[in-house]
Amino acid sequence: MKEFTGSSRYVAAPALLETVNIAIALGKPLLLKGEPGTGKTVLAQAIASSLDLKLLTWNIKSTTKAQDGLYVYDVVQRLYDSQLGTGGVDDVARYVKLGQLGEAFSSQERVVLLIDEIDKADLEFPNDLLWELDRMEFYIPETRRTVRAKHRPIVLITSNAEKELPDAFLRRCVFHYIAFPDRTLMEEIVRVHCPDLEEALLEGALEAFYSLRDTAGIQKRPSTSEMLDWVRALALSGIPAERLQTALPFAGVLLKKNQDLETLRRSRKA
Amino acid sequence: MFLSFFYLMRDRGLRVSLEQWLTVLQGLRMNLHRSSLSGFYILCRAVVTGSEADFDRFDTVFLEYFQDISREDGALTEELLRWLEHPELAQADREELAAGTGMTEKDVEELFAKRLEDQDGEHNGGSRWIGTSGYTAYGNYGKVMDGIRVAGDSLWRSAYRVAGERRYRDWRGDNTLDSRQFQAAFRSLRQISGGGGPEKTELDVQATVRETGRRAGRLQVEYTCPRRNQMKILLLIDSGGSMEPHQRLCSLLFQSAGKAGHYKDLKIYYFHNCVERILYTEPTLNYRNTISTEWVLQNLGADYRVILVGDAMMAPGDLVSHSGRSSGWDWLMRFKARYPHIIWLHPQPAPVEHNYWTGTFERLAGEFDMFQMSLEGLTAGMRKLMENR
Repeated sequence: MKEFTGSSRYVAAPALLETVNIAIALGKPLLLKGEPGTGKTVLAQAIASSLDLKLLTWNIKSTTKAQDGLYVYDVVQRLYDSQLGTGGVDDVARYVKLGQLGEAFSSQERVVLLIDEIDKADLEFPNDLLWELDRMEFYIPETRRTVRAKHRPIVLITSNAEKELPDAFLRRCVFHYIAFPDRTLMEEIVRVHCPDLEEALLEGALEAFYSLRDTAGIQKRPSTSEMLDWVRALALSGIPAERLQTALPFAGVLLKKNQDLETLRRSRKA
Repeated sequence: MFLSFFYLMRDRGLRVSLEQWLTVLQGLRMNLHRSSLSGFYILCRAVVTGSEADFDRFDTVFLEYFQDISREDGALTEELLRWLEHPELAQADREELAAGTGMTEKDVEELFAKRLEDQDGEHNGGSRWIGTSGYTAYGNYGKVMDGIRVAGDSLWRSAYRVAGERRYRDWRGDNTLDSRQFQAAFRSLRQISGGGGPEKTELDVQATVRETGRRAGRLQVEYTCPRRNQMKILLLIDSGGSMEPHQRLCSLLFQSAGKAGHYKDLKIYYFHNCVERILYTEPTLNYRNTISTEWVLQNLGADYRVILVGDAMMAPGDLVSHSGRSSGWDWLMRFKARYPHIIWLHPQPAPVEHNYWTGTFERLAGEFDMFQMSLEGLTAGMRKLMENR
């Protein structure tokens, strides 16, 4: 079996790499938690591209129901079609549309399935998926058909810990918490994304970034994705590295809250 | 041997299930730990923990279990040898395992044997792990020693180091009750009825049939508003003073009530010791943010379900002071008369012995249905609130 070793665009901590491979080998869903912007969603893309598999993404919203991921039976369309005499109304299967989970199960080849931000959904949502994720199959009563995974998809689930997940669900997952990258890892990450960056600018940016994260009173601390945007902005505008010691250009890229910008201004004055 | 690690984790409050442990063993058998202790650390942590709040506890247990091994490299080998030595599962262990999980010994054995069988076909890569059957898989730990290469192995050291750093200490919650369970209890407060919703999103089968019939069979699809929870809740929380030690529990309750959501209305007010003339809108009990109790009684209808939260222990004078004004007791009685659905939640266990402070508790218990703020208490309390009066 092929192993995931990171990709040219995604630098992961060794523990994360191992955990990904453990989850793949055990055939269990991998539950990822971590600060927003630490690359939970991007990881799925990296896995898919490095193992050369198709990626299916199921974005969870507050109104998403477990059923939506399996299949949707479009009764209304069928009723309308029967009125208008459109052909094929007898065929129930025409009106059963598979959701992302259904697609992943019925796929002819192995896929990577990303269930993004599972904590956005209703409290009971994860419980409704226990059986399906465990057995990797479900039954469609309308067509009397069982959709069963030919190849267990690699399932990644991300959560921002807005809601707690039920124990029964957690027990079935392999868990990893993506810790915020330390300076060395961050340097590597930035290099991968901006290979042409000046050495001095990178040093200055890292210095400024981590001291900003440590500034007391910042509510929404900037994360990896913001760091990357910021470094790109710095590189594009051609700001000399020395300026970073005295000022923080494009602070709005790093800090998204008005209060935080205010806090920054005050701490800079002091 | 490793079984004792499993039990140590359970002892130290990590809720590891047998299923999870078997998964770890399966992982070991597939050599997912790459014959290294740091690999074992990662594998084990990924499978048995479900939240970063558990990481610190896991690190602590891991350290506790492996700390006996001296860090001196020389001594390490021998001690590690002894540690990894392959005890066949003692009969006593098996019985203990069975007792601990409620499965019979045979169940456990079968389950495990089946696991091994399942794996044989697919993964014979980890040659060190081939066991003839059942429990002898444990027996091969001795061989793994070759793989670990203890003396010069920095990986082992790194697992020890990572665990030793206990980087996840801050996240440790020690949440004996997690808010999810509380939320689930609050969920049971439901009184669902249709109408009133802003959007018509649900297919109304009745109306569709009726309208279609009226139009002689020409389909007319009708929609209706989804049904909504009509429940209204009034939460009155004792804050400050003797309630300080229970603050965390109270904020958990408060958050759960909010998160469980979907109430038609949820009002939360605070009081100090006993309900008086005014109620506070914030737990800090600031005089600037108050609301008159009279207003609450006048404006919140009898259909509100009322939950009083407090330890109900106060100086008797607080409850019944006769200074011409209404006493706390009078106010409470007015609440009781106004709201047929009212319960009292107390964070501490109900007092067993009588003393100065428990007098008020006993007196209030005569008037209100009291429930302890535990999972069972809360569930029972919610059931009480849902009863028809």
